[in-house]
Amino acid sequence: MIKPRQRRLLWVLAGVVLVATAVTLVLRALDANVMFFYSPSQVHAGEAPQGAAFRLGGLVEAGSVQRGGAAGGGVQVQFVVTDQVQRVAVQYQGLLPDLFREGKGVVVAGLLLPTGIFRATEVLAKHDENYMPPEAAKALKDALEDAKQEKAGP
Amino acid sequence: MIAELGVFSMVLSLIVAALLACLPLAGAQLGIRSWVALARPAAALHCLLSLLSIAILTWCFRVGDFSVLYVAANSHSELPMVYKLTAVWGGHEGSMLLWQVMLACWTLAVAWRSRALPPEFVARVLAVLGWISVGLLLFLLFLSNPFTRLVPAALEGKDLNPLLQDPGMVFHPPLLYMGYVGFAVPFAFALAALISGELGAAWARWSRSWTLAAWGFLTLGILLGSAWAYYVLGWGGWWFWDPVENASFMPWLLGTALLHSLIVTDQRGAFRSWSALLAICAFSLCLLGTFLVRSGVLTSVHAFAVDPGRGLFILCFIVAVVGTSLWLFAWRAAALGQGGGQFGLLSRETLLLVNNVLFSAAALAVLIGTLYPLALDVLRDEKISVGPPYFQAVFLPLVLPAVALMALGAVARWKLSTWAEIWRRLRAALAWTVVCAVVLLLSNGRLGPRISPATLLGVTLGLWCVFGTLAHAWQRLAPGWREGQGWQRLARQPWGWWGMLMAHAGVGIFVLAVSLADGLESKRETSVAQGETVELAGYRFRFDSLAPAAGPNYDAQRAQFSVRHGDEEWLMFPEKRVFRAQTMGLSQAAIDSGWTRDVFVALGEPLDEAGRSWSVRLQIKPFMDWIWLGTLMMALGAGLSLMDARFRVARQRAPRRAAAALQEGPA
Repeated sequence: MIKPRQRRLLWVLAGVVLVATAVTLVLRALDANVMFFYSPSQVHAGEAPQGAAFRLGGLVEAGSVQRGGAAGGGVQVQFVVTDQVQRVAVQYQGLLPDLFREGKGVVVAGLLLPTGIFRATEVLAKHDENYMPPEAAKALKDALEDAKQEKAGP
Repeated sequence: MIAELGVFSMVLSLIVAALLACLPLAGAQLGIRSWVALARPAAALHCLLSLLSIAILTWCFRVGDFSVLYVAANSHSELPMVYKLTAVWGGHEGSMLLWQVMLACWTLAVAWRSRALPPEFVARVLAVLGWISVGLLLFLLFLSNPFTRLVPAALEGKDLNPLLQDPGMVFHPPLLYMGYVGFAVPFAFALAALISGELGAAWARWSRSWTLAAWGFLTLGILLGSAWAYYVLGWGGWWFWDPVENASFMPWLLGTALLHSLIVTDQRGAFRSWSALLAICAFSLCLLGTFLVRSGVLTSVHAFAVDPGRGLFILCFIVAVVGTSLWLFAWRAAALGQGGGQFGLLSRETLLLVNNVLFSAAALAVLIGTLYPLALDVLRDEKISVGPPYFQAVFLPLVLPAVALMALGAVARWKLSTWAEIWRRLRAALAWTVVCAVVLLLSNGRLGPRISPATLLGVTLGLWCVFGTLAHAWQRLAPGWREGQGWQRLARQPWGWWGMLMAHAGVGIFVLAVSLADGLESKRETSVAQGETVELAGYRFRFDSLAPAAGPNYDAQRAQFSVRHGDEEWLMFPEKRVFRAQTMGLSQAAIDSGWTRDVFVALGEPLDEAGRSWSVRLQIKPFMDWIWLGTLMMALGAGLSLMDARFRVARQRAPRRAAAALQEGPA
């Protein structure tokens, strides 16, 4: 049997264990698994990491989608993601989602190769046809503003 | 005209809800009996008016009244009738109305099933529910009125999102909302108990049945949502740690903790304030889930609403509800929460406490992973995403120990247990588990495909749960057979015990199935031309032909695959649909479900002009159906427990028992 005082101690102990475990796990896992988002302009400016996975978003450039022959079982595809200022070529092996269209917004996750080509491991376009992923919308807006500033500047 | 009637009934409903929120509460505080007596009729009238407003909205959908904006945005004259009716909750406004109607129904259910409870207590519970209804009705009337007119009326509707045109979507939202909103009842019980100072064993017993009901519905709702993702989205998975999924999963985790802590409060009088806090937090997470899904802050298929006013309102509502209830808790719980039986370090109380700690921590971890990207976006304007690896890394280490301890918790004694006794009761189950694990380890890769250590661990854990539960059942029932009274003993067991067995066995089967389905799955994305054959894990898929097919409101390309495995051969028909109203493409995967595996074929897109060659996704998912079975068993367990006579008896004898429990508590 434990006395009320010991029981209170047990509660406090349980609480401390709970918080400590959760915080440790959460921090470790967040550290390892958070993916940052970059726009094509940021990638061109060299802000995106080399060798670490990140997300890239913008529009699928019209006319840029190419299916690459026999390599990868015939499901290899290349396209260009643009924020209408800069472009990044993307390579992907797999099935594209139903809502992937030329001229529409897209977010891809993957790695930037040293050649400057982005190798996507995941293509996200899982929204309705009028929907623009917020990341992609923001990338377009920022790029446009930067371009305007450059024109207006000296 | 009929739509205006809908608004009118919502306004009346608001007035009744406001009365329900104020008068009975004041009556209970001031001792005015006539005001207390108002609670039940007001709850009934409120429910009636709410039902009337959703019936009117359903009528507008049935007749296709495109002069109502919400109908025009979510329906279409070619839409099949069943989807016209379910389109009622296919968008933001309608689903909020459904939320409110569910709340009104739960309120009525409480009013109806609580005759044996002290009238003042019932009045307080119903008043708290009334306050929540007031908040929701204000939100509906001012920020998302489903009856808003469209002038001039549209000639044709925009159609329901094709992803939602699925039988799963007929039941998923109502069941999920039944669960979500159901947690308002334990919340209201907790608040009423805090206000009145009756935070005792009786309160816990009353709360238990409502928590069980809400938890059961939430489990079913999550199950259907997950099945929908699997069958309709066609990505070949069933759980993506998507924020919308997390929004329903967090209340489930806390609800599970609440169920178990209420058992202790009911049986032993301990953990009172903790149970009350859990009830408050579980409902807060339900509100947070509604906010996440409905405010449009998330990037997901569910986020129809992109209106900052709505998000702000729900946020203020959450702050008001959570703030008030936590303030009340801080003010009253310290004085009320003392007492309860003492217990030893190794006892059922301790094991249930560990369950609570782990489940709460898991809910917290999921919450952080879900909110972190939002916080970073708001605070630093950085866009990040937290993916499934985070959730797996955090969630599994927290929940797997809880699952492993489950069998112990069921057999341990209240107050004080001994390792010797637990060992005696579980050694057979442990032996069976070890034997199975060793057999699996030795035969690994020889009889079937190689399995990874993680899969092996999951399978062992699942088997442990199942064997542990069976052992427990055997020990309780076997003496009866020895004495020749097997059937009598079987019939004498309380329903709650059967429910516990069912749910715990369900957890075991679920863990087993998830480990096998994820660990042994084979998948392949490839191109295939008509007449060609591709192979995956011993299954041969031949692409026979492709033909156009027309549905009620879509046109489709229908492929025929003949699939061969061993001597068996059968046909599968995956489709690529284009919905006429929205010109949106949708893959309808063909899934052949079996006891031991699901075969999954989804069409990607044509790779040449003639459409002779297509990209396809092929998958073999072993024991996929067992995932649904395990979850179904958990929900069924809640249903069985609800039939327990203790909950019914409690209604009649409750007040005296409560007094007895309070007296015996501190002893």
